[in-house]
Amino acid sequence: MIPQRHYEKPLRETPFHPRTAPLNRLQNWGAWAGYMTPSCYGDSAMEHTGIRNTATLYDISPMIKYRIRGPEAADYLNRLTLRDAARLPVGAVHYTAWTDDAGQVMDDGTLFRLGADDFRLCCQERHLPWLLDSAWGFDVTIGDETDRIAGLALQGPVSATVLAAAGFDVSALKPFRLATFPLSAGEVTISRTGFTGDLGYELWTTPEDALVLWDHLMAHGAPLGLVPTGTDAVMLARTEAGFLTTNLDFIPAQQALREDRTRSPLELGLGWMIAWDKGPFTGRRALMAEREGKTSRWALVGLDIPGNVSAEGSILYHGKRREAGFVTAACWSPTLKRNIAIAHVAAKYADCRDLWVEIYALRELQYHKLMLPVTKTERPFFAPDRRRATPPGRF
Amino acid sequence: MTYDAVILGAGHNGLVTACYLARAGMKVLVVEKNDWIGGAAVSRELTPGFTYSNCSYVASLFRPEIMRDLELPRHGLQILPYEGGAVLQEGGGYLGMFRDHDANRREFARHSPRDAEAYDIYSRDVLRHCRFIRPLLLRTPPDPARFRPRDMGELLWIGKQVSALSEAQIAGMVRFWTMSISDYLDHYFENPVIKAYLAVSAIIGTALGPMSPGSAYVLLHHYMGDVDGNIGAWGFARGGMGAITRALASSLRSSGGEIRTGAAVEKVLVKGGRTTGVVLEGGDEIRAKRVISNMDVKRTMLRHVDEADLPGDYIASVRKFKTRGSSGKLNIALDGVPKFPALPEGSTALKGDLHFTDSIEKMERAYDDWKAGHFSRDPFQDVMIPTMIDPTMTPPGKHFMSCFVQYAPPKIEGRDWTDADRDAFGQTCLDQIERYAPGFKNLVLHVEVRTPRELEAEVGLTEGNIFQGELTFDQLLFNRPVPGYANYRTPVRDLWICGSSTHPGGGVMGAPGRNAAAEILRDAKLSVRDMSDAWAVL
Ligand SMILES: Cc1cc2nc3c(=O)[nH]c(=O)nc-3n(C[C@H](O)[C@H](O)[C@H](O)COP(=O)(O)OP(=O)(O)OC[C@H]3O[C@@H](n4cnc5c(N)ncnc54)[C@H](O)[C@@H]3O)c2cc1C
Repeated sequence: MIPQRHYEKPLRETPFHPRTAPLNRLQNWGAWAGYMTPSCYGDSAMEHTGIRNTATLYDISPMIKYRIRGPEAADYLNRLTLRDAARLPVGAVHYTAWTDDAGQVMDDGTLFRLGADDFRLCCQERHLPWLLDSAWGFDVTIGDETDRIAGLALQGPVSATVLAAAGFDVSALKPFRLATFPLSAGEVTISRTGFTGDLGYELWTTPEDALVLWDHLMAHGAPLGLVPTGTDAVMLARTEAGFLTTNLDFIPAQQALREDRTRSPLELGLGWMIAWDKGPFTGRRALMAEREGKTSRWALVGLDIPGNVSAEGSILYHGKRREAGFVTAACWSPTLKRNIAIAHVAAKYADCRDLWVEIYALRELQYHKLMLPVTKTERPFFAPDRRRATPPGRF
Repeated sequence: MTYDAVILGAGHNGLVTACYLARAGMKVLVVEKNDWIGGAAVSRELTPGFTYSNCSYVASLFRPEIMRDLELPRHGLQILPYEGGAVLQEGGGYLGMFRDHDANRREFARHSPRDAEAYDIYSRDVLRHCRFIRPLLLRTPPDPARFRPRDMGELLWIGKQVSALSEAQIAGMVRFWTMSISDYLDHYFENPVIKAYLAVSAIIGTALGPMSPGSAYVLLHHYMGDVDGNIGAWGFARGGMGAITRALASSLRSSGGEIRTGAAVEKVLVKGGRTTGVVLEGGDEIRAKRVISNMDVKRTMLRHVDEADLPGDYIASVRKFKTRGSSGKLNIALDGVPKFPALPEGSTALKGDLHFTDSIEKMERAYDDWKAGHFSRDPFQDVMIPTMIDPTMTPPGKHFMSCFVQYAPPKIEGRDWTDADRDAFGQTCLDQIERYAPGFKNLVLHVEVRTPRELEAEVGLTEGNIFQGELTFDQLLFNRPVPGYANYRTPVRDLWICGSSTHPGGGVMGAPGRNAAAEILRDAKLSVRDMSDAWAVL
């Protein structure tokens, strides 16, 4: 039930707010899908260091979550999404995406198989009308459970150790698997997933048990270096990992005003996830045509840029003159000591040869224009072995 | 002495034309029949201390390009965005409106979680149509039947815009331009209150019902404006809508133009197929190299130009131009803020527009009364209290309430309106508000009731049509007002029209006046340097 006076607080508090608010020394909040979450508790550099050095807690409750249940849930998701949902085992998660009929990406997200006929789809944007319309002819029920599930990302090399200290034995849990543990009267589901490219987990419980979970983790984790982190540090970590963010790295097809702003999965470097042979799925015909006709208009690339000035929002040029693309995410990576960027380049410049970036470097209120050659580089930029190791390392 | 241009009517479009011409160096005179200026963008004090927006009451369409070209802020114009609004439901519930995206989504979700998310898709689609149509607003529509280079050029330009669209978008556009708003909304929404709220913009000022094909376009006409780039948003002119025409008049005087009020035109003088000026009621003659009428095309051509000077088929087309009135208006001076028990204490809804029509079916039934030649027994009202935001229109603590009402026919069962009809109409509207705000009537200090009869008598809007001609697709673009004459010209050489009867139509938009000025200046081989082309905001 939505209270009648909801509008007096357009940004709602998450179930963790009673804990995050007092810790938020700067009272620096950001809006995320109608909720307020800390952008930075006190020092983003320290919080980012936490992600790469010890362990961090990040409130991900605002993430949009749809529950999809029913005897034909797997068939339905196979029709809806790009990967083969039928081959996702119970107790596992995969990163997937879905498109409209024209094969243009509407969103990406993680699909959790909680039971044979029971899935959860987590994503950035809202899709209820699309999910319901796509369910025509399938025996499934679809519901929004965004505010019925509280989520915490526990990320960093010490995160498994924190969980062990808290009594959750995840030593056998492989990447993209999940396990359920008792928590006070209820339970917590722990998936080995995350958005930092590091060793890490995501913990899911009810709003009622949210504070119990937070307190329990903090009590056992703080001595091991567990600190809360805000969105700024997480976004830096995700750029280092090379992960995409909807509405930052691409416009979801259903929101684009200009038809040419949309992107296909092939154009976003997500071609690998398309299960071409699984049978019909939304967008398949358009994507087959794109693949066969080699008609992709864009390529998403990882770039290495000389120097140390972040190229956020910069334009790319071929031969320093002809516009060839643009940067959607960039940072000086503290972890890699490299200047990296995620960029869209027109398909014919996909090899990135003779490609230059124009950067406006701010030095004491004054911008200096830099024109620098870029080098195409592997994405993820940062992918340490520890993220995959099972059993996970102690730190 | 001979003026370079005399403009007939000091409505906002006439003033816009006059300003551009004066700035280009022409000697310009505006003659206005009323003792005040403004036409349907007017603010008058009918009871001491209270300024009304007597006709139009909210601004969004008025082109910012014109505000900038004519330096209207320097001449006192200020546009105030507003927020809020609600549809009050019969059983005591309501649907509120919020500028904040999350608040608005949750409010819609109170009524339908699915529709709350569908609203974003709907908005995207309507914005796509806006993106297509907005650049057309400040261009003269090309005549597809003639092969003059400029028409060809414009047709090519439009062709280029269309060819940039996908097949799906073209299909969607044709559907949108031809459908009823009711059918269109059914594509997106399931909840009746949400649909009733969204359908409103499709019936304002039109003699169509929400189930009439073609009504969806009218929605676009009300959606394509903006307040400082915020497309679809509406605002108040500080001091009332008359502030817009006051600023225009001040701008005009600062560039040497003259305005004569209380000067009604009797006749446009024509000699050898060319106009030489006008005669005013009372006999004064004004000589001018060109005459530009701000009156609607019917009034201009059928009342003030000699039939013998016009081709027969032109007269026939003008006579058939649809000007069916459908709207009335109540302007009310209030002793305080009325209380609407359905709304929570301190609700922002009172700062926006309030509606009492909670389903499309009810709206359509209100239209049924119009078809039968009667005003609606359970009318649709767009009720606003601008003084919740604007401190300048009433004494502190007092308020001005503007009620835009549909439907009211140009004639009652085929005969003219009487004072008794008008009073009964006013009473029906007051009674409806009282039902949702018990005690409201006790606050009423003064009421101005306007039916199509009053609108025609005062502003000169034929049959009381607020847009100087209906905004149906058959009367748009190169068909507005008459095929072959969409370029602001008439069969009489040097007689032009610049009001809302011309492209792109009615509303306080200024675009017809600005486009007419562009054609006139081009014709006179004068520079149109200080005229901005349409800006892109999307
Ligand atoms: C009740 C009502 C509510 C409205 N609400 C809105 C709204 O909220 N927002 C919006 O954008 N639009 C609204 N509109 C529409 C908008 O106000 C009009 O479309 C617009 O103002 C018309 O402007 P115009 O300059 O084209 O013509 P008009 O304003 O019609 O100007 C014509 C002028 O010619 C004068 N005239 C007539 N005959 C003679 C004569 N013989 N000699 C000399 N002068 C003459 C008239 O007095 C008048 O000043 C509303 C209209 C009405 C009537």
